[in-house]
Amino acid sequence: MSAPPLARIRAGAAIPRAAIPELPVADLAEAVAASCEGGLRAVAYFAAAGAAGLELHAVLADDPRSELALGRAPLPGRSFPSLARRCPQLHLFEREIAEQFALVAEGHPDPAPVRCQPPLLPEPAASARAVALPGAERLYRVEGPEVHEVGVGPVHAGVIEPGHFRFQCHGERVFHLEIRLGYQHRGLERALAGGPDRRTIHYLETAAGDTTIGHATAHAEVVEALAGAPAPARGAALRAIALELERLANHTGDLGALAGDVAYLPTASFCGRIRGDFLNLSAELCGSRFGRGLARPGGSGFDLEGERAERLRSGLDRTFADARSAIELLWGSPSAMERLEATGLVPREVASQLGLVGPAARASGLDRDARRDHPAGLFRHHPVPVATADSGDVFARARVRWLEMQRSHAFVRERLAELPAGPARVAVGAHAPESLAVALVEGWRGANCHVALTDGAGRFARYKVVDPSFHNWSGLAWALRGAEISDFPLCNKSFNLSYCGHDL
Amino acid sequence: MLELLRTRFAQGHRTLAYPAGPPPALSDRFRGHPVLAPERCPDGCRECAAACPTEAIRVEPELAIDLGRCLFCAECAAACPAGAIAWGGDPRLAAREREDLLVAAGREVRLARALDEKARRLFGRSLKLRQVSAGGCNACEADVNVLSTLAWDIGRFGIQVVASPRHADGLLVTGPVTGNMREALRKTWEAVAPPKIVIAVGACAIAGGPFRGHPEVHDGAASTVPVDLFVPGCPPHPLTILDGLLRLLGRLESGGESR
Repeated sequence: MSAPPLARIRAGAAIPRAAIPELPVADLAEAVAASCEGGLRAVAYFAAAGAAGLELHAVLADDPRSELALGRAPLPGRSFPSLARRCPQLHLFEREIAEQFALVAEGHPDPAPVRCQPPLLPEPAASARAVALPGAERLYRVEGPEVHEVGVGPVHAGVIEPGHFRFQCHGERVFHLEIRLGYQHRGLERALAGGPDRRTIHYLETAAGDTTIGHATAHAEVVEALAGAPAPARGAALRAIALELERLANHTGDLGALAGDVAYLPTASFCGRIRGDFLNLSAELCGSRFGRGLARPGGSGFDLEGERAERLRSGLDRTFADARSAIELLWGSPSAMERLEATGLVPREVASQLGLVGPAARASGLDRDARRDHPAGLFRHHPVPVATADSGDVFARARVRWLEMQRSHAFVRERLAELPAGPARVAVGAHAPESLAVALVEGWRGANCHVALTDGAGRFARYKVVDPSFHNWSGLAWALRGAEISDFPLCNKSFNLSYCGHDL
Repeated sequence: MLELLRTRFAQGHRTLAYPAGPPPALSDRFRGHPVLAPERCPDGCRECAAACPTEAIRVEPELAIDLGRCLFCAECAAACPAGAIAWGGDPRLAAREREDLLVAAGREVRLARALDEKARRLFGRSLKLRQVSAGGCNACEADVNVLSTLAWDIGRFGIQVVASPRHADGLLVTGPVTGNMREALRKTWEAVAPPKIVIAVGACAIAGGPFRGHPEVHDGAASTVPVDLFVPGCPPHPLTILDGLLRLLGRLESGGESR
């Protein structure tokens, strides 16, 4: 059977809700499954409560054509058909839909809660449901002689966010790792509905605090799409510069942490400091090491005068030179390389099926990067070359980060030299009512996807945030299959995923 | 090996001279202690309070900012028609009492005072902390982590983040304390042997941050454990955290000064 057509838009654009084809849920499921099998990938798959009841929305990315395919279906019953067996990349989206709206994903192989949150339904339906704590429900268990279980978290040994990891082991060998999250759930999406209001931008700046620019830029692009007015060139350039500084800081930190995990201390020590030097460049720009206050609907909250741009450029070159010498030591150490290579393998086929994004996907040979595939703002005119590797191991995930750092450095350098004239920020007009807008911003972990649905007054009826970690936690679980339990810290660092970005 | 030594030489010794030497230079755009000029407030104006995302500002009976709730976003200064609020560059913000975080013109600024003598004898030269993120967004966590890098090196002061509450003298809490983390925070606190201290780092851990009032969170660490030091910021600058820790341990000469 041929799949029914879906509407097509570009990322960073809005479409009237009425223009999105409304299909029976079985037909939407077929269209989504067929599209995924045909090479598209889900960037958002979620439900929204409207006046006419619940509605299921699919947003699929067609990377080669730089398009997004959209479809929707009414959900009149208390269940919807699960596609997780056919399209594993949808498995967590379906669990999320089921949890957020008290539905059943029919035929889902593992219908466990995602965050242990009460449903996004009006009271008293929400409060009537008792919610267990994460990790308290039944977890997957391997039975057999000499099989043992190792539980870690939610409170970990390092300075890190909480999550629970349950390993099914035979000696040192890991059969299966189950990752249970939700400890960080702060009610972000519930609070975003009805906005925008004075807290909206702060919710998104703290959705994942290490990705402040990535999420705030995605939000700005969604709002600008709804208002039908892109950010002025100068504002877009400043946001792009901040986005790449965020990538430089985090990739440096990750490479240092990986070196630390294999006890290669020179790179670990130097990178710990250099990461802070990159954060200080963001502070030079906007006063905050994490880019708070910079990305705003309508452009950038801070401008960059000539002298500051020069300070930024010289600081960038100095810091990058330090990073280069610190990181090249790592590649030159055979014992460190030996530990990274062939550890935590995620084959290309698996990465594709799980729908991985960001450096984790590119390290498994998937050539996907929203800056090139779905460019918005400055990236439309000044593409950043995409870095990939093909071994799918911890080494590849480290190597891709270093390749990306070099390209980010060149990009920021060039953009600082050619800052467009004009205002950094303009006022944003009213939102289009009854519309849907999507933004995809390639943050340092991968694409941050924001989808806004507006009501008749242009307010957010539903605001969906998909952090790249939402796609990638399954990749980490996979990387541990058949590995040794002592590989876990190394694999974990090589993904370095967000807990709060997942838990929202 | 030669390359390693060459790199080591080129990277140089980069640990801060502070507190023996000057503190690190901060960006001129850094937002530290606010400076209020209520005499400039137009009659009946509430623009600053209306712009504040976390209800950190009151205008009655006098203009005041609660740094415990403040995200340092400066929306208030942008909204003020009269320039009555300015954001200064002083990073010293930590306080021992929650009410000491209220800033008003003419009100004495009470920086964090040191622990009492007995506690200082125990912790003054060796303070081991277990970090618990209870809904933190990884910004506070990241800048707490920075303190252990060679640039800041809090090991110099005998302060260390340890892997187990059983090894710790106290907790350093970040995040608004989510409903899903409250039990884990309480258990971690109970696992620390007394006497013990708790340090709340960041707007979320002090008062809930942007999530204040959400049914999913408990509006800060004090909801669940007794707090001995509050470090404001979203996130606090590492220097703000270090300043608070050193004052708590009585390791800054000017422990109880006011500005």
